[in-house]
Amino acid sequence: MIIDIGIIAAKCIIVVVLVLNLAGVLGWVERKGSALIQDRIGANRASIFGFAGMGLINTMVADPLKFLTKEDFIPAQGDKLLHTLAPCMALFPALVTFAVIPFGDVLVVGERVINLQVANINIGILYIFAMASLGVYGIVIGAWASNNKFSLLGGVRGSAQMISYEIAMGLSVIGILMVYGTLELQEIARAQGDLFWGWLPQWGIFFQPLAFLLFFTAAVAETKRIPFDLPEGESEIVAGYLVEYSGGKFLMFFAAEFAEIVVVAGLTTTLFFGGWQVPYLLGDGFHFPWGSTWLLPQFVVALLQVASFVGKVVFFCWLQIMIRWTVPRFRYDQVMRLGWKMLLPLALLNVMITALVILYFPLNP
Amino acid sequence: MTGAELLFFILAGLLIVSSLLVVFQRNVVYSAVALVAALFFIAVLFFTLHAPMVGVLQILVYAGAIMVLFLFVIMFLNPTALEPRRSFWWGLGSGAALLLAVALVLFLSNGLPSPELAAGTDSFGSPRELAKSLFTDFVLAFEIASVLLLVAIVGAVVLAKRER
Repeated sequence: MIIDIGIIAAKCIIVVVLVLNLAGVLGWVERKGSALIQDRIGANRASIFGFAGMGLINTMVADPLKFLTKEDFIPAQGDKLLHTLAPCMALFPALVTFAVIPFGDVLVVGERVINLQVANINIGILYIFAMASLGVYGIVIGAWASNNKFSLLGGVRGSAQMISYEIAMGLSVIGILMVYGTLELQEIARAQGDLFWGWLPQWGIFFQPLAFLLFFTAAVAETKRIPFDLPEGESEIVAGYLVEYSGGKFLMFFAAEFAEIVVVAGLTTTLFFGGWQVPYLLGDGFHFPWGSTWLLPQFVVALLQVASFVGKVVFFCWLQIMIRWTVPRFRYDQVMRLGWKMLLPLALLNVMITALVILYFPLNP
Repeated sequence: MTGAELLFFILAGLLIVSSLLVVFQRNVVYSAVALVAALFFIAVLFFTLHAPMVGVLQILVYAGAIMVLFLFVIMFLNPTALEPRRSFWWGLGSGAALLLAVALVLFLSNGLPSPELAAGTDSFGSPRELAKSLFTDFVLAFEIASVLLLVAIVGAVVLAKRER
């Protein structure tokens, strides 16, 4: 009993710590990556005893210290309680979403079989959409509590954008659900280990390439970053809902944004890129399509799976940051047109085609 | 008291407090936020009752979609004035609520015959079972409901277009 509780607590802590730390490292990737793309040097001022660590000291030590020691400014006419509550409301959904994303298959320790996933509920994907839909409140409440017209504009834009893209995102995933026939993310990840024609892993991307593009676009729009940064819109509404935020609260919004990037990467990996699957790696070792096998102990297999998952997640985080510094931003009407007139019909088309294919050429009859 | 009971009482307490805040707050935005919190706690209650599907739908539909639109409208109208207290109606409502609560407590403590609980299976309430009954036994009701919603959407669009 105690051990069970301990295992669950350990899984929760590991996942939260991983997501938050990855979010911190992403701050560094963002600053140094943008410098690389724009042919600048980037953050390199702060150092400890002459050690700057490629700007790591700057972004991982100096930046948070600066944020946390700054004045926490609340507008005089604003709402003190809601102004403080809003960053928490933004960070909470981003952190709890990772609970249903599996980061490995199972780890066998003696008699005990540990499922490498915090919560295995039979409605995994719906849970993720439910939490994603709560993410709007941080922006809307924060914007209203700031009592600033720029903030309010940003909040209104943010809520409209997030509701619009949630619909496209939800519909694009339905194709994946139809292919694998389950809402459980661990089941989806397991099903992607099967082989097609004996050599091609059955990853979601091979069945649903269109759904991947739609999902990834909508998910990037949900993180409210360039090219979809209308709620912030630095060049038109200063910083949107963030105008009146400074210090630690701004840092929380910042952390929420990066945690959302990690969640989007984790979801993309799980739904379309095999989750924790390593090609040809089964529970007892590698089984290559040309017939040879390479048996491995169970904990090595589990370790390889977790490493594979983390590697894929890091890759998709990096991809999102590269997109943010490569693509110019949309106009507001373009964002709405893309969401409602392109992504939504294409997602519906994808569902129709998937249904017809499954009906006439069933994969697992 | 077992852990499950303790959890229930904590959740129920939070739920009651946030529901009371919805009614007694004079600031509209505070009421809306308290309502979101109340809906969230109801969803968590469903989770503890092994009905994750209902809980998630509660968050997805009410907390995630409907309340966002509520806040959207509140922000657009931006009511700066606090709601005035109407002491007569306020008192009448509180009295009626109190009466109802007393009646309920009396009724429930009288020893309600506990109904025969059907043994829940693991798959009960799962999305698969729900979808199966929706699309076989209750397909007519389901389709009628969707047509009704479609009519409502078309009506909203027509009403919005007429302004121009």
